[in-house]
Amino acid sequence: MSSTTNTSTHHTSTIGAIGAPSRRNTELALLVFAVVIPVFAYANVGLAINDQVPAGLLGYGLGLGLLAGVAHLAVRKFAPYADPLLLPLATLLNGLGLVVIWRLDQSKLLQSLPNFAPAAPRQLLYTALGIAMFAAVLFFLKDHRVLQRYTYISMFGALVLLMLPLVPGLGANIYGAKIWINIPGLGSLQPGEFAKIVLAVFFAGYLMVKRDALALASRRFMGLYLPRGRDLGPILVVWAISILILVFETDLGTSLLFFGMFVIMLYVATERTSWIVFGLLMSAVGAVGVASFEPHVKSRVDSWLDPMREFTLSRQGVAGHSEQLQQALWAFGSGGTLGTGWGQGHSDLIRFAANSDFILATFGEELGLAGIMAILLIYGLIVERGVRTALAARDPFGKLLAVGLSGAFALQVFVVAGGVMGLIPLTGMTMPFVAYGGSSVLANWALIGILIRISDTARRPAPAPASNPDAEMTQVVRP
Amino acid sequence: MNKPLRRIAIFCGLLVLTLLIRDNWLQYVKADNLREDPKNRRVTIARYSTPRGDIVVDGDPITGSTESSKTGLNDLKYKRTYKNGPMWSPVTGYASQAFGANQLESIEDGILTGDDDRLFFRNTLDMITGKERQGGNIVTTLNAAAQKAAYNGLKAQGGKGAAVAIEPSTGKILALASYPSYDPSVFAGNSNDDAKAWKDLQKKYNPNDPMLNRALRETYPPGSTFKVVTAAAALENGLYKTADENTKSPLPWTMPGTTTQLKNEGSIPCKNATMRIALRYSCNTVFGKIGADLGNDKMLAEAKKFGFDAEQFTPIRSSSSVFSDDMNQSQTALSSIGQYNTAATPLQMAMVASAVANGGKLMKPYMVDKLQSSNLDTLTQTEPQELSQPLTSENAQILQSMMETVVKEGTGTKAQISGATVGGKTGTAQHGVENSENPYAWFISYARLSDGSAPVAVAVVIEDDQANRDDISGGGLAAPIAKSVMEAVINAKK
Repeated sequence: MSSTTNTSTHHTSTIGAIGAPSRRNTELALLVFAVVIPVFAYANVGLAINDQVPAGLLGYGLGLGLLAGVAHLAVRKFAPYADPLLLPLATLLNGLGLVVIWRLDQSKLLQSLPNFAPAAPRQLLYTALGIAMFAAVLFFLKDHRVLQRYTYISMFGALVLLMLPLVPGLGANIYGAKIWINIPGLGSLQPGEFAKIVLAVFFAGYLMVKRDALALASRRFMGLYLPRGRDLGPILVVWAISILILVFETDLGTSLLFFGMFVIMLYVATERTSWIVFGLLMSAVGAVGVASFEPHVKSRVDSWLDPMREFTLSRQGVAGHSEQLQQALWAFGSGGTLGTGWGQGHSDLIRFAANSDFILATFGEELGLAGIMAILLIYGLIVERGVRTALAARDPFGKLLAVGLSGAFALQVFVVAGGVMGLIPLTGMTMPFVAYGGSSVLANWALIGILIRISDTARRPAPAPASNPDAEMTQVVRP
Repeated sequence: MNKPLRRIAIFCGLLVLTLLIRDNWLQYVKADNLREDPKNRRVTIARYSTPRGDIVVDGDPITGSTESSKTGLNDLKYKRTYKNGPMWSPVTGYASQAFGANQLESIEDGILTGDDDRLFFRNTLDMITGKERQGGNIVTTLNAAAQKAAYNGLKAQGGKGAAVAIEPSTGKILALASYPSYDPSVFAGNSNDDAKAWKDLQKKYNPNDPMLNRALRETYPPGSTFKVVTAAAALENGLYKTADENTKSPLPWTMPGTTTQLKNEGSIPCKNATMRIALRYSCNTVFGKIGADLGNDKMLAEAKKFGFDAEQFTPIRSSSSVFSDDMNQSQTALSSIGQYNTAATPLQMAMVASAVANGGKLMKPYMVDKLQSSNLDTLTQTEPQELSQPLTSENAQILQSMMETVVKEGTGTKAQISGATVGGKTGTAQHGVENSENPYAWFISYARLSDGSAPVAVAVVIEDDQANRDDISGGGLAAPIAKSVMEAVINAKK
């Protein structure tokens, strides 16, 4: 069970094993695939739409290859023992996302929409910034435990980031959800994407200190460990904040994401199942309560329950209704098992947000069930590598931070993909890496950077002395 | 901390698994439903992405395709055109970029657009050779001359109405006309003009309801033409053995269980008349009494054998014709002369005439002869199919001779054709509260040639609110149209 403290095993597949090879060459080989696959996809789109290999193929391939190369060199230099899968997987998703965004740029229907501007060049720029962010994280964050010092500053920072969209003059209400801020000259930003990471730092730091009190001081009742009343405080505060986000920013996804991340980290820190039960109950109560009163959230729930009615109302010109979800479902269905092939679908019928919130529908239509399953499995792999990093990490802060970030990533993928596929109500978030949007790309590259840093520390042969007494050891003597 | 971490790993795995299951549900289980949903724009895009196949009559296409105007954001490449649209629209239906498709255009859409599974091999071949996908053709059973006679006859007459002609020996539909009609090419595109034309044709804005396919979808009280069914029931159930025996029918005749006397039109010789005489003069009393004597069940059974109480798929669906199943004797008597609740589509009454003409065998009516691929290979050929046998061949001959008397010297003399033996029955059906509205004029008939073959059976119905009430009688208004349709078929045979 305690593979992290067991230093005698030599499973080469286990990150935690001391003396494991660095695996940098594996990463490089995988990166070649992660660059070549999107390049072929790009050529395919061009051939399908214009009957010729797109003129930008060379530039695009070189650009993506260069970015991947920079990222790889940064890992080789600053985190040589990092997990070899995370970077290629993220690069592949980012590259495929760029292809789909470029493909949607070619749509005459989308070009006719007001405010149309080609999104692919900008997304390529964001990707470059994201890789720069990734390299910067590896360069400046030599040891993730440094972040522990900023626990309470992080809390403050996260709250500020979350509240920014509500500041008059700065916040922007884009199609109902108030999760954007406008920065003059720079464009709009989704602070929630960054708050995700900052909040994970705060939770990890806070729970590392408080976990014993939360775990041990409890009464047993009906098979569950009930926490003391005063220990309920933190979870209640986080719950209240997520409800407030839901009410004021009308964003179900962000709210669910933060609360879910907190419950996951709380459970890992305390090993008490009761927190999960409490968490589920509270989110159910919160979500149902708000959904029945807040009109925007309510309309999203209605649209989820009956997308066809929503489509009809939208077609009749009733304000406040959108046909997007039904269009996305049709796109998925029309793709079928193998899809129409790159560039041959009609997912542009989704119109607004076809290349951001609804980008998965284009994958679904053009790559089919097979493609979506592959994409979902790539996301699953990233999450599991993240959790693996948490397992391998030697310090509790690193464990909590890694599982918090991976859990948040998993929840985000679930909430967005589930929303687009009509499994749960739609939210205002985007698919990490594939969807168009600077904030999302930047924040997620930073997230991967932090996970790579933790995994590097975990697999490094001669671990630096921990700044804290080893928490695992104190647990051993616990009665 | 590792135990909960492993559980979180499993939890995250379950989240992904849930998404995978949902995706399988969406893209595998529900895929066909979503893909073929008529509201899914892709259906329309595919329908108009290549020139549509054609609907063919007598070797000539009655439809076409033209490239849509390239103005604006039209994602539909081709537009449907129609030749002589109003005449053929009850057969073709419409295929509109903006308003969808119906009838043959919709039912055989897969063949016309070329994505039907039966065209799979052809399409794969085209894909390899790099040819554009092409739709297949629908070859109909219709007869252009007969259709023209039917439509022009109705149009010249001016009232609302419909005419159906069937080839009795096979069930092939030769003519299917409805008036007033519409031209499907006026709203085939998706411009504002198309939208206006569509709106003007809707029943809400156009009381004549030109888009109603009266030949298949409107049921009318069949009036005296239903007496053919009643006569068939009398013969089949052995109530009378021949056309010329005394039916022992009193005049006046009071309907059983009531004090109401059933009236005849004028003073006609119906007392103790034979069935031949009764059909010739259209005696309500005689046939009302037959209905009452046989009872609801036997009458219903015979009507069902003629196709009542069931929708026909020609493949265009027809409404089901009605003969009620819960009537007392007097109601059965009224129903047996085509009044009360009895209602029939023009197609249904053409089937009645066709079964009599075909020696008692009712053939399933159909209008699609074969489906062809774009290079004119036959994909499927419709084989004639026997639907039922409402009459034995002996009884069919008896009924034929009765109907031929009607045309020779009875109410249907206007349908006589030189060189052919015509059997028919007129009808004038009252409707409305207290029969306040104008009656429907009916005529059903068939023509037999000297070689004994019967190439055509027709039903014509006309509803005329312009004409003088007394003028309306099946013999006067409907029989000439039936005659010209039959002549057209006979001349086409020569």
